[in-house]
Amino acid sequence: MLNVNTIKNGLVIDHIRAGTGPKIFSWLGLDKADFCVALIMNAASKTHGRKDIIKIDNIINIDYSVLGFIDPNITVNVVVDEKISKKITLSLPERVENVIKCKNPRCITSTENYVPHVFKLMDKTTGEYRCEYCDELYRSGEGI
Amino acid sequence: MLTGRHLIEPADLSLTEIDSLCELAEQMIVDPKSYSDICRGKILATLFFEPSTRTRLSFEAAMERLGGAVLGFADSSASSTTKGESLADTIRTVSAYADVIAMRNPKEGAALLASRYSDVPVINAGDGGHHHPTQTLTDLVTIRALKGGFQGHTIGLCGDLKFGRTVHSLAKAMSRYPNNKFVLISPTELQIPDYITNQVFKNANVEFVTEERLEDVIDQLDILYMTRVQRERFFNEQDYLRLRDSYILDKEKMKMAKDSMIVLHPLPRVNEICPEVDDDPRAAYFKQVKYGMYARMALIAMLTGSV
Repeated sequence: MLNVNTIKNGLVIDHIRAGTGPKIFSWLGLDKADFCVALIMNAASKTHGRKDIIKIDNIINIDYSVLGFIDPNITVNVVVDEKISKKITLSLPERVENVIKCKNPRCITSTENYVPHVFKLMDKTTGEYRCEYCDELYRSGEGI
Repeated sequence: MLTGRHLIEPADLSLTEIDSLCELAEQMIVDPKSYSDICRGKILATLFFEPSTRTRLSFEAAMERLGGAVLGFADSSASSTTKGESLADTIRTVSAYADVIAMRNPKEGAALLASRYSDVPVINAGDGGHHHPTQTLTDLVTIRALKGGFQGHTIGLCGDLKFGRTVHSLAKAMSRYPNNKFVLISPTELQIPDYITNQVFKNANVEFVTEERLEDVIDQLDILYMTRVQRERFFNEQDYLRLRDSYILDKEKMKMAKDSMIVLHPLPRVNEICPEVDDDPRAAYFKQVKYGMYARMALIAMLTGSV
């Protein structure tokens, strides 16, 4: 397996669904980072076959509810002095606001641009969300 | 109980609240004089961002019959939206003038948005193909008045069950009551959406059957709810020609139906009910129009705290 140096103080975003890594990398703005970051794609995973991993050599603020919306199976390891000090497991948030936009052209949010785009979790097993205005359905992570 | 509340979708009303509204509507039918002045000094704003003469007139007649006044516009060209005003600002302004707002808007979710900026109750008079709760209320008041209650009915929904939002709302509303059975009569292309059968009916343990021809099942029905099947909804001409007559209610089919069955239709009708059926005592769709006005009277009276 490819070797990437361990980080001293930072975050390891692990168990990302294979192929979703670049989306998260870009959402976190890591393409513009001035510290060391690594995006590893298609790493071997015991549970999922393949997974993506992001290593960040810096402690940055992340909205974990949004990260959970993108992929609830992710775990985030907080590394301090080269040791994992905390393991954060994510879940689907009950509600997300202005993370994705409703694409239904008949939705009131398509013309009233001051309205926040709010989506509510309908089904935890399928990860289905609905627009609170028009009820259009979206899957978690869709539209990011 | 309902004073100051908004009505955005049928599910906003509990079963007890629906009963209260129906009871009040029935009292208003029996004794209209006692209610002819209860909204004096109150104003209903009818904001119709798309034309709908039938619904608007029903709301306006309802308020007039309660002794209140009406202001508003009948299409968006007469409103400030043509100048670029936001819906939120229109609603803030109108809620300063009126005591209750009835709004139709082509955008889905418009009524919910309006309710968030209004100081007075907002009634959704249709938001695109989304919700139309006063049509559902109309259907319920009609069923209760003509069939004595909401339980134990075999309800035939006939025609375009895929795109017809009124049948979706009625199916959901009647599923909340025990011992109702649905007969879903439509061509394959226009069957009721899966979420109604897989979620609404399944969760409520409601029995249903799917049929293609009205004449095969009309004898089982207590309530027949007709909707229009449009030619352009069919995938092929052959199916349309084969099935079109199955979705047209005429005297011959009415002969097969029970004497106690009632025929409902959200109107406007085109050719799905032959005019020859209009004189049949079971044809209830014009009575339904009147019940719709009383349903709106009861709703306005309750939301404005006038009863």
